[in-house]
Amino acid sequence: MSLVGTPIRRREDPDLLTGRKRFIADLTAGCGAVAFVRSPMAAARIVGIERPEGSSVFIAEDLIGVGSIEPILHRPDYFRAPQPVLAVDRVTYLGEPIAVVVAATRREAEDLAEAVYVDLDPQEPVVTSAAALADTSRIVHPGAGSNVVVSGVIDTGDVDAISKSAVEHIELELASARQSAAPIETRGAVARVDEESGKTTLYASTQMPHVLRTAICDLLRIPEADLRVIAPAVGGAFGQKMCLPAEYAVLVWLARHLRRSVAWVEDRRENFTSSFHSRDHQYRIRGSFDAEARLLALEGDLVANVGAYSCYPVTWGVEPLMAMSELPGPYDFQSYRVRARGVSTNTCPMSPYRGVSRPVLTLAMERLMDVAAARFGLDPVEIRRRNLISRFPYRSATGIVYDEGSYLASLEKAAEVVDLDSFRRRQAEARKQGRFLGIGFSVFSERTGYGTPAFAPRNMEVTPGYETVEMAMDPSGGVEVRIGASPHGQGLVTTLSQVVADELGLPMESVRVVHGDTDRTPYGWGTFASRSMVVSGGATKMAAVRLREGIVAVAGDMLEAAPEDVVLAGGRALVRGTDRGVDIADLARTAYHQTPKLAPGREPGLRATASYDPAGTFSNACHVAVVEVDIETGGVRLDRFVVVEDAGLLINPLIVDGQIAGGVVQGIANALYEEVVYDEEGNILTTTLFDYLPPTAAEIPPIEIHHLETITEASVTGAKGLGEGGTIGAPAAVINAVSDALEPLGVQVMEMPATPERIRRLIREKTKGTT
Amino acid sequence: MKLNVNGVDYSVEVEPRKTLADTLREDCGLTGTHLGCEHGVCGACTIVMDGSPVRSCLLFAVQCEGAAIETVEGLARGGELHPLQQAFWDHHGLQCGFCTPGFLMLAKGALAENPDLTGDALREVLSSNLCRCTGYQNIVRAVEDAAARMRS
Repeated sequence: MSLVGTPIRRREDPDLLTGRKRFIADLTAGCGAVAFVRSPMAAARIVGIERPEGSSVFIAEDLIGVGSIEPILHRPDYFRAPQPVLAVDRVTYLGEPIAVVVAATRREAEDLAEAVYVDLDPQEPVVTSAAALADTSRIVHPGAGSNVVVSGVIDTGDVDAISKSAVEHIELELASARQSAAPIETRGAVARVDEESGKTTLYASTQMPHVLRTAICDLLRIPEADLRVIAPAVGGAFGQKMCLPAEYAVLVWLARHLRRSVAWVEDRRENFTSSFHSRDHQYRIRGSFDAEARLLALEGDLVANVGAYSCYPVTWGVEPLMAMSELPGPYDFQSYRVRARGVSTNTCPMSPYRGVSRPVLTLAMERLMDVAAARFGLDPVEIRRRNLISRFPYRSATGIVYDEGSYLASLEKAAEVVDLDSFRRRQAEARKQGRFLGIGFSVFSERTGYGTPAFAPRNMEVTPGYETVEMAMDPSGGVEVRIGASPHGQGLVTTLSQVVADELGLPMESVRVVHGDTDRTPYGWGTFASRSMVVSGGATKMAAVRLREGIVAVAGDMLEAAPEDVVLAGGRALVRGTDRGVDIADLARTAYHQTPKLAPGREPGLRATASYDPAGTFSNACHVAVVEVDIETGGVRLDRFVVVEDAGLLINPLIVDGQIAGGVVQGIANALYEEVVYDEEGNILTTTLFDYLPPTAAEIPPIEIHHLETITEASVTGAKGLGEGGTIGAPAAVINAVSDALEPLGVQVMEMPATPERIRRLIREKTKGTT
Repeated sequence: MKLNVNGVDYSVEVEPRKTLADTLREDCGLTGTHLGCEHGVCGACTIVMDGSPVRSCLLFAVQCEGAAIETVEGLARGGELHPLQQAFWDHHGLQCGFCTPGFLMLAKGALAENPDLTGDALREVLSSNLCRCTGYQNIVRAVEDAAARMRS
């Protein structure tokens, strides 16, 4: 029986369930404890730093020879903004590291950090995109000439002429607040120096060990062979751990400088003030429709507040430029004029967070569809039916090619599941009783499995995409699979084992997957961007096919059979149609120890390597949210959430549904709850989990998941990625549902999170205080 | 002072300001209890003390002398998973697994207090802790299933 397609329990779980698994904070024994002295201001000149005498306190001037974080995007409109790992001369955001201290315990390190006196001369902080774009704004990075540090324009399909021919024009302003990915495990790292060799090992909570090694070695100007990076168990990341943190580089420098092992585990406040943030987008869009409610042209001005510094390796271009190229989503139109700008401010640097810009651009397109539906007197299903793409491959206005998907089918299926007509009757009844129910649809594409062909157009100096897998069968018949991806909750050890076991006719227990160690795995890009099952899974499948060829060749020698007559099943190599066969364990032993028995010239051992670098593949889905809004409090209760998802072939349905549900809840959080709030001075007001509000089990309804399976040729396993889809689609579904609920009051929600405060403000504005 | 954890007495010497969570992790070597916020919201550090689920980041070790403390390390017996651990495994109630020990101990304490917890009341109890990966669906399923197994 095939293991692929089966809901197998995860191999990762027993160690996690028993508390045996080691996370970064479990690896700090014997290390000096590190604490950072951080800027208490958003913008200031450093006048002086006084350190307690005789203590281990280091500032920028001590870090001789250490470079700046300076990711490169080869675009004329991109400004690099070199970021020192410890502040030099000035601070540019609250929480920026200024000094680092080392002590025997964390408690002592924190006491010592408090004893460091930093004299700061405050400057006017620039906090919001709007402020940064004002003519009078102070410029955060004077060398840039303005606060626009990256920008792009796409103008195609004669927008002026086409929009003149349209009958309806709809203009919307939309916004998504700033978020934190807020993994339950904060960032942290341990740097250990080997006394004998002088080599440093950095254990780091990261999604990208190989890239982290490259980045730190470049900064410290040391050969990569002098540093080993290990990602132990990582307690959630969601993008916050996919870029280079200055702190990790400082730890490696400290360990090498002091010849002492050092550890840093950030606290929750640091995570909120100093770990990468995300979102903070503001869009203006204008859609032009023909008389049949078909979208003809889209114009837009997209702004992303990208914070104080550019993140390595993807740069601060990632959010605005992705928004520009992917805004059309699943809709069929060819006239498009959009400008996108990344705006630098005195706020925490940003890193891509699950979904990247797509939760916001999906909000924009799905709000546009709902507003247009109302304008044309159509229901939300019909307007989408008229506008979704349905021919494949489809080339978007921005030049992106979509492989086969089921956009219409997912919509129709979702509409059938929720039974829109009966909901409308229930809604009408409820309104008579003064209750406000609403339904919201969201149809979207999720571009996944980006290889270098998809990343190359961005012109990053560091262009990610491929994955390499090395596979070897050892003399006992076990298979080791060494991958460059770096899973941290996605269950890749299980799913890759399924793929390999199927290919080689072995039980999963014979397969070991090794990841997260630069000295044990081939160079790879790590786990992010819904890529691992597609890219690393594809490379695994290809390597397994090659290893199978080697095994079959040895079997042919041993059994005197033609390779095409050999089948691998049940841990044996068998000659088809005969009773001849050999145990894989005996075969492996022969391949290593009895090579004279094999055909002349047969290479000893059993191993294979494969790299996979796909162009990418699109998953798609339709989400439907049903909500009730309490117009007195502005509170939103989710009554139902339906997902119809098409992620191609499902390798492990149990894991797939887990990814979808988790993603949906992060999307609901974006829609209703989570917001990093800065005041006008650039102080963060949300530095605890009392203020920043990830949803709990009590806010989340059961999530109903249905699957469609479009098998694509764009992925060698047939799997499409799906890690981000939940987060991409859910915000628009929820916000559309809230707007539908408040339709009798004339309220349209265009900003998320739709907190009670915001909803009440919108209701007050529309009802002039009568409600 | 002495701490009784999972039925074993540990002799530890701690500063008065040291939390129970840090003491368990650093002095008893029981690192299965995790720290996510250190201000009592996320619940990753939840342990069971005298039968009730509590936040070990909000207690000082010196407050816990004489108490019976249970941590995730004490759940499985003789290599056999506790019904809660088994149900979390069966229902894919964990992804990164960082919050999992806290949820297991929360559920253990809550079910000890009310073995019939289900539905909204169960969701309400589970809302004590945060999980960022699972969307809670499978955690709720797992605890309901484990509760049923433990009742039968």
